[in-house]
Amino acid sequence: MLKRLSTAPYLLWSFLLIVVPLVMVLGYSLIRTGPGGPEFSLNGFIKFTDPLYLKVLGLSVWIALQSTVLCLVIGYPLAMIMSGLKPSAQRTTMTMIVLPMWMNFLLRTYAWIPILGRNGLLNGLLATIGIPPLNLLFNEGAVLLGMVYNFLPFMVLPIFTVLIRMDRSVIEAAQDLGANRLHVFWRVTLPLSLPGVVSGVMMVFMPAVSTFVISDLLGGSQVNLVGNLIKDQFLSVYDWNFGASISVVLMALILVSMWILGKTDKNGSGVSFF
Amino acid sequence: MKLNWNVNANGKEKSRIGARGTLKVFGLLMVVLLLMSGCAASEPAEKLYVYNWGDYIDENVLDEFETEFNVEVIYDTYATNEDLYVKLKQGGTPYDIAIPSDYMIEKMIREDLVEPIDLAQISNFTAIDDRFKDLDFDPGNKFSVPYMWGTVGIIYNTAMIDEEIDSWNALWDPKYEKQILMLDSQRDSIAVALKKLGYSINTKSLEELEAAKAALIEQKPLVLAYAGDNLKDMMIGGEAAIAFCWSGDAVYMISENEDLAYVIPKEGSNLWFDNIVIPKGAQNVEMAHKFIDFLSRPEIGQKNAEYIGYSTPNKETLALLDPEISGDKTAYPDDADLANLEVLLDLGDFIEAYNRVWTEVKSAR
Repeated sequence: MLKRLSTAPYLLWSFLLIVVPLVMVLGYSLIRTGPGGPEFSLNGFIKFTDPLYLKVLGLSVWIALQSTVLCLVIGYPLAMIMSGLKPSAQRTTMTMIVLPMWMNFLLRTYAWIPILGRNGLLNGLLATIGIPPLNLLFNEGAVLLGMVYNFLPFMVLPIFTVLIRMDRSVIEAAQDLGANRLHVFWRVTLPLSLPGVVSGVMMVFMPAVSTFVISDLLGGSQVNLVGNLIKDQFLSVYDWNFGASISVVLMALILVSMWILGKTDKNGSGVSFF
Repeated sequence: MKLNWNVNANGKEKSRIGARGTLKVFGLLMVVLLLMSGCAASEPAEKLYVYNWGDYIDENVLDEFETEFNVEVIYDTYATNEDLYVKLKQGGTPYDIAIPSDYMIEKMIREDLVEPIDLAQISNFTAIDDRFKDLDFDPGNKFSVPYMWGTVGIIYNTAMIDEEIDSWNALWDPKYEKQILMLDSQRDSIAVALKKLGYSINTKSLEELEAAKAALIEQKPLVLAYAGDNLKDMMIGGEAAIAFCWSGDAVYMISENEDLAYVIPKEGSNLWFDNIVIPKGAQNVEMAHKFIDFLSRPEIGQKNAEYIGYSTPNKETLALLDPEISGDKTAYPDDADLANLEVLLDLGDFIEAYNRVWTEVKSAR
């Protein structure tokens, strides 16, 4: 009884802040404000099948995939190196990775503008060695950089956690049986660390595919992602029904990709959501 | 006054009770202060919710109003007319004051989103130049009182651009590739393209609108960014060479970087008016009237006009301004320059076509 009582606040919290908003988004996506008040309509979804909007979704998925792969390529070796350090060094590197996250996400992203700008830090350095200023800001590359920079910790941390918990004796057994280092990594370490990779991929892909702040600030609104499209529907165009429809499509897309990823996590370590 | 006395008392006590006692006294004092601050905060009986553009008032003026009328002003800002509209439409904070532009005022009147203004309570309304009264978007000023006005034009950096700029075509000139800034504001950016092509900025012709879209997509590879308020910093810092902007922002940018110059292009441009309105559902309509009258006082208008650099519609304020400001052609152009300028109109449902065009432009690669 006491146990049930103690969970009540959390249940209420989840209901109010997770279930209710989701139902509202779904509700808005299925109606349209007609002349006689709200009426049922799939207009928002039909409108979204226009190639114009599908292209925006395609670009978002493409950039999010690129940033996920980049985070994995950079993050996995980093996590491996960290897991091989002695505990005190592990704590230091961990702090260094987490430390920037104490600062506001917006500020961290904004800080790249004076670094990448035409009269910015990097171009200043390039100028001293005689290279003319490059256009580093306000393009897809800058958006990608912003994503990798912001989301890299979400890739490193779960992989690192899996790696340090790994049973060393399995690796030693492989070595005893004559496997070289590459073999050990390919046949033992990598398969065992997959749950960490899967949750890392999810934690990078999800915010990357839905962000609008990074593309606004570092893309100079030149790079229109599905997050920007949704934001515009709510904040400047006042078409909440269409905005909600796009949100539902995006949520479905994320759920499906999570489900596919969950399938690859065969040993069911509980990291994935399905 | 009381507050000061307590702090002094603490200073005296300190020497008598010693270090350990100090902590206790300090704690007690905090409690007393907390209680007192509670009382102090509840002192102004009334609140006034003001919603304004960012950087669009001398905030000292708000303090003056608070003191004079014993009211607490709660001040929020927005970046575009569309932001303001969405916020008011969805309800939430019951704002007492907002300052939308011409076409948005027209739309808000049409959708019954504003309270009528009783001009009898605005004694300083007489100080406002007749040129700015009784305009098409609000005949008879039943719902709005002029605050500021201005033009849209090209701002460019003479240190980076050698030629004299006088046409919108400069924003399409491949010479300035990746040095051009546009505004991330659909009506304004589409208006520039329409004017470049010689069309009205209020066109309801799909054909003309499609032509403007094609022009904007053609221009996109040359554009560095579609900026917001950061356009000012980027122009001042020389991050870009040429952009279009509102005249008041141009005054500010030129004051920060004297290489910058402002011009109203020969093809014509947008003339705009920002008026003060009382949004529907305002809780304090009476105080809102007092605030509007306060802002229309010549000397208060002077503070605002000098601080933000925008052009005042108040003829008595204009007389008070430093001749250097009132003689500045950027903010106060000759009547001849205003001849072929157009005011934005509310487009009703046709705005859907503009929304789509703007989405297509921003999504083009």
